[in-house]
Amino acid sequence: MFDGFTMGELGAIFAMQGFAGLILFSVFVLMALGLAIIFGQMGVINMAHGEFLILGAYVTYLCAQFFEAFLPNLYGIYFFVAMALAFCVAGAFGMLVEWGLIRHLYRRPLDTLLATWGLSLILQQTYRSVFGAREVGVTIPEWMLGSLQLTDLIEVPINGIFVMTLTTVIAGLVAFMMFRSGWGRRVRAVVQDRTMAGAVGINTEMTDRMTFGIGCGIAGVAGSAFTMIGSTGPTAGQLYIVDTFLVVVFGGAGSLFGTIASAFTISQAQSVLEFFLSGSMAKVLTLLTVVGILMLRPQGLFTLKIRK
Amino acid sequence: MAHARIRLFTPAEIVGFIILAVIVFAVLPLVMDSFRLNLFGKYLTYGFVAIGLVLCWGAGGILSLGQGVFFGLGGYCMAMFLKLEASTPEATSIQTTPGIPDFMDWNQVTALPWWWEPFNNFAFTLFAILAVPMAFAFIIGFAMFTRRVGGVYFAIITQAIAAILTILIIGQQGYTGGVNGITDLRTLLGWDIRPDEAKTTLYFINGVLLFGCLLIAHLIRRSKLGRLLIAIRDQEDRVRFSGYDVANFKIFVFCVGAGMAAVGGAMFTLQVGFMSPTLIGIVPSIEMVIFCAVGGRLSILGAVYGAVLVNWAKTAFSETFPELWLFAMGALFIGVVLAFPYGLAGLYDDHVKPRLLWLAQLWPRRRGSPDTNALAGPTEQVGGGYALASKGGSRDAST
Repeated sequence: MFDGFTMGELGAIFAMQGFAGLILFSVFVLMALGLAIIFGQMGVINMAHGEFLILGAYVTYLCAQFFEAFLPNLYGIYFFVAMALAFCVAGAFGMLVEWGLIRHLYRRPLDTLLATWGLSLILQQTYRSVFGAREVGVTIPEWMLGSLQLTDLIEVPINGIFVMTLTTVIAGLVAFMMFRSGWGRRVRAVVQDRTMAGAVGINTEMTDRMTFGIGCGIAGVAGSAFTMIGSTGPTAGQLYIVDTFLVVVFGGAGSLFGTIASAFTISQAQSVLEFFLSGSMAKVLTLLTVVGILMLRPQGLFTLKIRK
Repeated sequence: MAHARIRLFTPAEIVGFIILAVIVFAVLPLVMDSFRLNLFGKYLTYGFVAIGLVLCWGAGGILSLGQGVFFGLGGYCMAMFLKLEASTPEATSIQTTPGIPDFMDWNQVTALPWWWEPFNNFAFTLFAILAVPMAFAFIIGFAMFTRRVGGVYFAIITQAIAAILTILIIGQQGYTGGVNGITDLRTLLGWDIRPDEAKTTLYFINGVLLFGCLLIAHLIRRSKLGRLLIAIRDQEDRVRFSGYDVANFKIFVFCVGAGMAAVGGAMFTLQVGFMSPTLIGIVPSIEMVIFCAVGGRLSILGAVYGAVLVNWAKTAFSETFPELWLFAMGALFIGVVLAFPYGLAGLYDDHVKPRLLWLAQLWPRRRGSPDTNALAGPTEQVGGGYALASKGGSRDAST
């Protein structure tokens, strides 16, 4: 396996694959954060999460088109506008879905799973009808192109660094909102004991709707970031949904820190293995290991003690 | 219920079975031409999966999103045997290595892998069609149920397993045929499976096997085991506290469901003539759940109707309005969950049955016959008795 490489080259390979893994890690974290909030805090399986991500990506795409056509001077900053817009659109749509669909199914998690799968099919076909079956991409602003030469052998792309920075900021924001804001306190109270939370005057219905909306909004931002490293197609969301659910379950539902740790482990393992095996075998091995560990330790890496 | 003697079949259930039998064995073969009949044969193979899901999900409360895995394993076992039979050294003499399946030759594989060898034997293949998926289901079930993993976790993990298997099959092209699957299957023990007559014969074999599975599923549900499964679905802890080992029952029913899916997969391969990973991944697996949900998750006969109807609609829509199909499918998922969670069988119970009951009351009055029992029979048709038995817990808990 290591034949024919010098130590220096091996080090560079590990560093570059490690960095590729970090980009994958960022995508996982961005997707999984929204899912972890919705699944971990509300116990709702949202199979349409990938489609919310794609919604954010399409919003970004439209935004880029708009800036290109009308405000070419400001193209360098379009991304930040797009991100905010993606959050709002995906979040608002999420709240609508919660109101129309999810709230009728809170006691039936398996049925929620099927209903949101139906929603994801409808959204996919909508995207295909509106934007066409072909993948669309945005023109990346100039300052994000190119790569940073660290040493002779190691170079890292700037858009990757940008996505990672973005991920860190968003993860920080989510952590802050969960643990320091009034909304976060209400969410945690409802998770710990729904009835008691209601008894002390928390509007649990509204908290649920907000939580679902914010989770979907984060998916929208993830979709925005996604356009920086790949193109967007109607079915791209479905490719990631299983991986993301595994990330959340593996990390231990309800634990944001666990989600990040498991996203890191899974993406690094997959990325480093990818260099030595074929891409598909790397994925098979990683997923098999995760499923194997989950069979031995079903509660995931980190667990939250809550009263059911 | 406890003191009443439980009949194996109520008259209504016998009527239900007979109606389905007439449709499958008489109406469809008489109405359809050979091509359409083969299509319906294909739809019926999904009926096997749906029956298994009624047992696992409707009765046991175990939602598996990986039934496609078992369908595929059964189908691949059959396909491997047929492929080896089609790859005689004479038929493949133009290859670099004659005598191995063509896709292996294309991928520079020069010898038959050891795990393909046993599939030269038909008896072993028949054994493997059932044994491989059931053993796999046993491993999954044992690992999960003894650790009390259930509900959505089980669903997600089975879905991940479906994803893993698909990626594995596509990635290992040289050994599995890759994304194209195993194609160009010709004969079964020297009998050509491609002409119309052979397909009609296979359709009838498929029908007989389907009724075998229906009968097994019915007997399981009528037995004490069946009632325990419902109890587990509704109040797992109480069953455990009553001294039953819950995990064993769940493992058993999961294995039975897997076995049924595998038989369906094998019959699919025989009738359609190929097996590919596109039929067993995440999307097909979750579609199998909708077959069961549309028919009615509590009704085994309903499951067969559901599988046939959804697949038939899929073909019809895809031919005329391909754009609309995903919308219709999505709406079906949402509708079947929000509006009629008990599917066609539930609609029958709520709307058709009261009318039949009313008719049944009219009838004896006109005839002056005291024998109302037999005529009131339809009240319990299509899993009706089953729904009644579980009404207290299930309907309240899940609606």
